[in-house]
Amino acid sequence: MTHVFLGMPAAGQGNLHASEPFPQAAHHELGNTQLRANLRHATHTIRDKRLKVVGELPDWEELRDAGEAIKNFSMATLEQRLEEFERNFTAAGGTIHWARDAAEANEIVTALIREQQVAEVVKVKSMATQEIGLNEHLEAQGIDAYETDLAELIVQLGHDKPSHILVPAIHRNRTEVRDIFLREMPEVDPELTDDPPRLAEAARRHLRKKFLTAKVAISGANFALADTGTLGVVESEGNGRMCLTLPETLITVMGIEKVLPSWRDLEVFMQLLPRSSTGERMNPYSSLWTGVTPGDGPQNVHLILLDNGRTRALSDRVARSALNCIRCSACMNVCPVYERTGGHAYGSTYPGPIGAILSPLLTGIEAEENNSLPYASSLCGACYEACPVKINIPEILVHLRAEDVDSRRGQARLPSQMDLLMKGGSWALGSGKHLGLLEKALPLGQLAAGRRKKIKKLPGIAAGWTASRDIPAPPSKSFRDQWNAEKRSQ
Amino acid sequence: MRAKEEILGRIRCALGDGPIPAEIPRAYRTGSLLPDDEVIELLVDRLVDYKAGVLVLDAAQAPQAVAEILHAARTVVYPQGLDTQLLGALPETVELIADGRQRQLSVAELDQADAVITSSAVSIAESGTIILDGSADQGRRAISLVPDHHLCVVPASTIVQLLPEAMERLTITRPLTWISGPSATSDIELERVEGVHGPRTLDVLILRDA
Repeated sequence: MTHVFLGMPAAGQGNLHASEPFPQAAHHELGNTQLRANLRHATHTIRDKRLKVVGELPDWEELRDAGEAIKNFSMATLEQRLEEFERNFTAAGGTIHWARDAAEANEIVTALIREQQVAEVVKVKSMATQEIGLNEHLEAQGIDAYETDLAELIVQLGHDKPSHILVPAIHRNRTEVRDIFLREMPEVDPELTDDPPRLAEAARRHLRKKFLTAKVAISGANFALADTGTLGVVESEGNGRMCLTLPETLITVMGIEKVLPSWRDLEVFMQLLPRSSTGERMNPYSSLWTGVTPGDGPQNVHLILLDNGRTRALSDRVARSALNCIRCSACMNVCPVYERTGGHAYGSTYPGPIGAILSPLLTGIEAEENNSLPYASSLCGACYEACPVKINIPEILVHLRAEDVDSRRGQARLPSQMDLLMKGGSWALGSGKHLGLLEKALPLGQLAAGRRKKIKKLPGIAAGWTASRDIPAPPSKSFRDQWNAEKRSQ
Repeated sequence: MRAKEEILGRIRCALGDGPIPAEIPRAYRTGSLLPDDEVIELLVDRLVDYKAGVLVLDAAQAPQAVAEILHAARTVVYPQGLDTQLLGALPETVELIADGRQRQLSVAELDQADAVITSSAVSIAESGTIILDGSADQGRRAISLVPDHHLCVVPASTIVQLLPEAMERLTITRPLTWISGPSATSDIELERVEGVHGPRTLDVLILRDA
């Protein structure tokens, strides 16, 4: 029997799980050559752009140092920061709600929409609402939520799932986008080409009326500034400005970890974020609002502060820096694993290297198949290099792998193949004599390799290695034998 | 209130090890080193890169430039606090509509307008960013958003080189809109396309001090 005490960090729910183990999911995705071509093109384009604009700033490393320290400060003093933010946001006419988990957040949003007696809302792209499955929840309640970000629109109209946190339709190329628009937009010109400007115009026409008549908008937030009670959204298309400005009611859903101590900290993050995410010196539009401004923009302004596993991640002293993430997506753009498998293989709302640590931290390593995620990495460290707030993702991946092994200790009655291999390895490598004894068997390996001098199939779990590559035949003599022979001959 | 108390309780419990945050190092650049004319040049370079139209002029030449840029417009919206001298050279065929406390235009009216002209609060040269803060000469946020053409006036004295310099001049609790070029998207194959939901044309008039 387990006891849940009031105030104990609890696991997050919602779209945070891998539903099949990563290697299996990756295997399906790797079979999709169109997907791999699209991803390769997109990730390489953005990598080059990022490097160029980051290289322009002589103080990039100083900005990263500041970004990391600001986030660490926020996390270490989170309770005070949130209370300070609430005070200031409320004093400016906004209303704060607190949600322990996805279900509670969804309920609050639904009730706020119902109060306005509308059956449709417009949405700005938001990771938090994707995480809690808000659109699905609203649909079940008879409320239509229209995604207004172009990529989110492509995903929504394609009845698809996002595969990247910044460019959710990164797995689709222009021709696929055109086909979706032709199929799903009743009013669209049947002569629509796959020229990106034409596609962008089709999206503009499709959403224009929705923007101009919407009564309620739902957004996320990139930052919350504690000492002023200010929220900020960073975007490109103007769909964010439309949603944040024109409707009477604005409902924002934001994770508790987004709070920054001071308005001055914006000078650091507004330099780090656009360059790391879209590889631009600055994104086309950013909006900042502090509660309600009489006569300008929404007059009924709400913010839902979401836990949903964040306090659980915060309780892990080695891994809590994963909460410092500003969702720029630089780590996935440089990741050799993500580039090949794409985002769907990770199952969760958060794919790529950050997702491989964040998802199991929010849900617990034992939730569904999330224990396979920390292994979705070669530990090359490219993500750590690219991270604007210096999250040491490889270190946390290794830490979570250890947690996975520990969580399964004592479960199995019989030792597994891996246990036996590790035991054998420790015996063989524990003494020179043991190793020497084993090395005498090298000619046997040559025999197994045959005339082609390749081992094509290993038994048991080692078959995983030979499933996609051959092993060259071992040499007839070990290095140590050759070394000794060489010394004797001198 | 239970949810709030419970979440704050969870935070206290999660931070039971008592992490002590390190001092925040702020060794990044906070002050400009460039002379003023080079700062203006930098801003122009960035804005042109974003595909905005840019002119640098003496303040006295502004009305003529406004008239040329807006020559094709039939209706032009402006915020009530705008210096109306800027509109002095526009032909009488152009209908000018002021938006302000006395009369707030509806969204539909804004959608009918061909263009909007506003001033701006602060601009950052290094990133090509113009910031509007809702002052009387910039108006409420909707007017610079809905019309498809935005002509933005940037007094040279409001331009700084670096973002931290801009922060010093801003009142953060005002409703702020940061604009770096016309509306754009990179959502299709990460190729930048100008013109989605925000104004598809952005013209910037940088006015040297009289």
